[in-house]
Amino acid sequence: MSRALPKLSAKTLLSLPPAAYLFLLFALPSLMMLFASFRYPGEYGGLAPWYYLEEGSLSFDLTLENWLRLFESDIYLGLLIKSLFIALLTTAICALMAYPVALTIARARKGRRELLLLLVILPFWSNFLVRIYAWMIIFSPQGAMTIAINELRALFDLAPISLMFSNVAVITCLVYVHLPFMILPLYANLEKHDPRLLDAAQDLGASRSQRFWLITWPQALPGLFAGAVLVFIPSLGIFAIPDLLGGTDGIMIGNVIKQQFVESRDWPFGSVLSLVLTGFTLLLIGLAAHFGRARGSEGKA
Amino acid sequence: MLEIIDVSRSFGDFRALDQVNLKIESGEFFTLLGPSGCGKTTLLRCIAGFEQIDSGKILLDGRPLTDIAPEKRPIHTVFQSYALFPHMTVAENIAFPLRMAKLDKTEISRRVAEVLEDVRLPDKANHYPDALSGGQKQRIAIARALVNRPRLLLLDEPLSALDAKLREQMQIELINLQQEVGITFIYVTHDQGEALALSHRIAVMNQGNISQIDEPSVIYSYPKNRFVADFIGQCNLIEGRLEGWESGWRFAIPGLDSIPVQNNNEAFSSGQDCALSLRPEKIRLASRLDASPDECLFSGTVHDMLYLGDVTVYIVELGNGLQVEALLANSAPGRTRLFEKGDAVQIAWRHDAGHLVN
Ligand SMILES: Nc1ncnc2c1ncn2[C@@H]1O[C@H](COP(=O)(O)OP(=O)(O)OP(=O)(O)O)[C@@H](O)[C@H]1O
Ligand SMILES: [Mg+2]
Repeated sequence: MSRALPKLSAKTLLSLPPAAYLFLLFALPSLMMLFASFRYPGEYGGLAPWYYLEEGSLSFDLTLENWLRLFESDIYLGLLIKSLFIALLTTAICALMAYPVALTIARARKGRRELLLLLVILPFWSNFLVRIYAWMIIFSPQGAMTIAINELRALFDLAPISLMFSNVAVITCLVYVHLPFMILPLYANLEKHDPRLLDAAQDLGASRSQRFWLITWPQALPGLFAGAVLVFIPSLGIFAIPDLLGGTDGIMIGNVIKQQFVESRDWPFGSVLSLVLTGFTLLLIGLAAHFGRARGSEGKA
Repeated sequence: MLEIIDVSRSFGDFRALDQVNLKIESGEFFTLLGPSGCGKTTLLRCIAGFEQIDSGKILLDGRPLTDIAPEKRPIHTVFQSYALFPHMTVAENIAFPLRMAKLDKTEISRRVAEVLEDVRLPDKANHYPDALSGGQKQRIAIARALVNRPRLLLLDEPLSALDAKLREQMQIELINLQQEVGITFIYVTHDQGEALALSHRIAVMNQGNISQIDEPSVIYSYPKNRFVADFIGQCNLIEGRLEGWESGWRFAIPGLDSIPVQNNNEAFSSGQDCALSLRPEKIRLASRLDASPDECLFSGTVHDMLYLGDVTVYIVELGNGLQVEALLANSAPGRTRLFEKGDAVQIAWRHDAGHLVN
């Protein structure tokens, strides 16, 4: 009896619960959505039955209509591309802002380092929605920032603008919310870099920029990639921030998906949009991983 | 030729280098030797350019290095921690300085192959540093620092992380490599045996100062002061006073007879307090000795002993409580110790065996 067991190593056993968890909460729902995307919406929301038993004969009620609808107008794909663009921009801005912060923390003295890390995660201590509401106040037309900007614009005879309900507001808040998710993995990566490697590179004739691109950058790529995934995925699907700060202008694909499920009660089409979003995300992450690895090894050459 | 003229460097109130003067010839294997914290690494970093100097000058072939950035100096360093780039293969690591020097691709691969041949690791070109042993990493680090033919190669305790056996083998390889390439080596170590084995000349450093610069045999046989005598190898330091007599120089040891000594170059004057440095291997030890006329003879008891394998060190206490180390080779089979604690013994050494230091 004890002979059969050793084949299941401790590693396998330990990874069973998370695997089951992922299957139940990710793979299974995705499969259910895939199925739903070929069905008709129910009259009062939900889904219509997918087969009928009439006079002993079985007929299926499945359709490709939901998928075709995706291409009927360019609204949905356009919105998807816009959302991808915003998520990428957010990721890029986060990366640029996080790098110096992560480097500063990684190079700080022991005691100072813990303090700085604490400051990075401090925002998590208040509720996500509360923080977005705070941004609504900052961006509001009566807010000090809008007034100051418009006073300044008035000096140059420029028309007043509204910061609220714009893509700028959405991106600003997206960056704000996701910055710690970029800083932390980047810090964890940079902290492991051996500073003597930079001395060695300089000793062997590398200029400041060569030291960055040939030594620091290739070693930082895994951390940067981890941070990018943590920022890009939630940014792409988010609806709360564009809902509250975006108005009609700043709408993203997440809002439309939410609309389909909550307001239009069109679950099948909502499923189509969700699946397309998931597909795009996986595709991009896959490409980035491949690209990152290729660049990493090219950096080695 | 590298000239270091009156170079000082302080960290806060602490003087890490205090008016250091050195002249290192082209093609020389030069070693900086000293205890931990004496400023060896600091001096090396000043030469490489990583550390600013507070005052003084460093000249390479007559040109001052002071305003040249580290990456522009024709000087490469082998770091104690190897500092191989973990994301590059061995070949890419070695090619790094050549790429920085903008050599063309075919020239780079030719030189990489050549230097890999020199360090006898041609089959490791496509391995990553992680997959190498300590000795192999060390060879690659040396190859990387040598490949672009620097004017100077700085080596900061490059062998200290290796085990004794491998260290000896690498020492021999280093000597051969330096002879082959003819590049000036400046080698830092706190291991006196290593310094004696490798170097053309040694500078013994102490607390930011240079105590003595000489060839290994001179450093060993004629140390300039107590510090050098004590730091290099095992050494008895017998305190006393020099006395000038018509018959010659004598050394008065409190509580014992005075003995004839050499006063090389009349470095010391009569009545001066100084110390006689006496290497243990220059002392004869037996239960009864017949001293020749040019030897001095003392009786004592064995106070302690230390079995070291090839030799056994005996600490002999003389009449005045002075303890002297002597050693006997364990050359006869089965012979490990000839005397026991408390045995009465005699020791003798030639009058010219000792060397006076202050
Ligand atoms: N950046 C620095 N800041 C303050 N003190 C320093 C600095 N670098 C070196 N020191 C001090 O200068 C002295 C000499 O240091 P150095 O590293 O040159 O010693 P070393 O001879 O190389 O010793 P070891 O054999 O242990 O490597 C030490 O007391 C050290 O504490
Ligand atoms: Mg050192």
